[in-house]
Amino acid sequence: MKKGWKELPIGTQITKPGSSEEFKTGDWRTEKPVIDFDNCIHCLICWVYCPDSSVNVSDGKVTGIDYDFCKGCGICAEECPKDAISMHSEAEGE
Amino acid sequence: MEKIIMAKTGNESMAEAMRQINPDVVAAYPITPATEVVQIFSSFVADGLVDTELVLAESEHSALSACVGAAAAGGRVMTSTASQGLALMHEVLFIAAGLRLPIVICEVNRSLSGPINIHCDHSDTMASRDSGWIQIYSENSQEAYDNTIQAMKIAEKAFLPAIVSVDAFIISHSMERLEVLPDNEVQKFIGEHKKPYDLLDVDNPITLGGLDLQDFFFEHKRGEIEAMKEAKPIIIEVGKEYGEKFGTTYGFFEEYMMEDADFAIIALGSTAGTTKVVVDSLRKKGMKVGLFKIRVFRPFPFEEIKKALEHIKVIAVLDRVDGMSSFGSPVFHEIRSCLYESETKPVITNYIYGLGGRDIFPKEIEGVYKELEEIAEKGKVKNLINYLGVRE
Ligand code: SF4
Ligand code: SF4
Repeated sequence: MKKGWKELPIGTQITKPGSSEEFKTGDWRTEKPVIDFDNCIHCLICWVYCPDSSVNVSDGKVTGIDYDFCKGCGICAEECPKDAISMHSEAEGE
Repeated sequence: MEKIIMAKTGNESMAEAMRQINPDVVAAYPITPATEVVQIFSSFVADGLVDTELVLAESEHSALSACVGAAAAGGRVMTSTASQGLALMHEVLFIAAGLRLPIVICEVNRSLSGPINIHCDHSDTMASRDSGWIQIYSENSQEAYDNTIQAMKIAEKAFLPAIVSVDAFIISHSMERLEVLPDNEVQKFIGEHKKPYDLLDVDNPITLGGLDLQDFFFEHKRGEIEAMKEAKPIIIEVGKEYGEKFGTTYGFFEEYMMEDADFAIIALGSTAGTTKVVVDSLRKKGMKVGLFKIRVFRPFPFEEIKKALEHIKVIAVLDRVDGMSSFGSPVFHEIRSCLYESETKPVITNYIYGLGGRDIFPKEIEGVYKELEEIAEKGKVKNLINYLGVRE
């Protein structure tokens, strides 16, 4: 449960540093990128282009999408040289 | 305690109060007829009479923005403006209030363009009436001085910004007798500066001005609305303390010959003074007339006003601003709305007057009282909304 008006600190202060990380903006997304790892060559082009730093990488390899923050802009899918990323409508619940 | 008697204009009186308050920061931009306030204050800075950091900004928008920054950083902050200047501050007014910063503006009521005009009406502060600032109107230089000192204390107790205003030229540039308190008494009265938070407290870092969307904006606004309500007892308490210490008690409004009055005029600012003269002369002729002067327009003291006006037969609200096709003007709205809750429901009419500094004369005010009497006799209102002193 989010805080009610009586519990909030005066004057819209945010008292916890770095709290924007807790503000999950992924629900703004209408389309969701899905990586086909059979075709991915881990060139990291999607990671470079993602404007929201939402492509997860570990040990130099793409491991997936951070859906908590991905806005579904589709840039990764557009830029992938192997067409390994496809966009799926959130409305269809895919 | 010895008060010093001086001859001062409204602007000089507010500048004097600012000197005695000795704010940490004043950020301002000049505008007629309020220019003098900061011009005089800047000479106090140059003469080393205050410790203030004076920021001469490139516009009123920047001036109030600098005030917001300084107040958020924990400073005691004041500025001064009028009319177009207050209009240019408009978006920052809401920010200062939303951040709950106790800034005080010494404002001179001047009409808003267009057509361009530099004289008195209340269109400027009335256009900002719902910005979340406390609004205190002054009848004369003495009140401007007293209100400025009280506003600083009220603002820092309520953690809300406050506007103290005087009528352009009629008060801002008229020399009057002013009783000035000793500097140390003013300092004792306002007390140590209180801040809602401190942006420079590095051990307890905070973020201000974060994006506040559907999930929290409403809660923050609700808190601000509550603060406006909570400011009411603070205003009364400070006005009472001022009276106990310095002789004149201040409240939300002043009732002049209202106790047994049948007919009342409601006015703000200098017109209240003119109306008192008319009340005195009509009382001598046996007319039961009174004046109800509103001092605090925000927070609007609706319960108290309702109680104070319930016994009046016919009321005329004098508005020095027009609502541009709204049903009557701002003060009329508020009065009529709160009296809708009363059992007696007095008849209330609206007179819009004095736009762009058009003088209002005792004769015209007398005419209004006569019209109120006529309404009571005939039991019928000719015009609910009237224009006083305009050529047809
Ligand atoms: S751009 Fe395509 S191929 Fe390259 S890492 Fe991303 S998903 Fe894999
Ligand atoms: S859809 Fe846009 S935001 Fe989401 S991972 Fe791809 S590039 Fe990043």
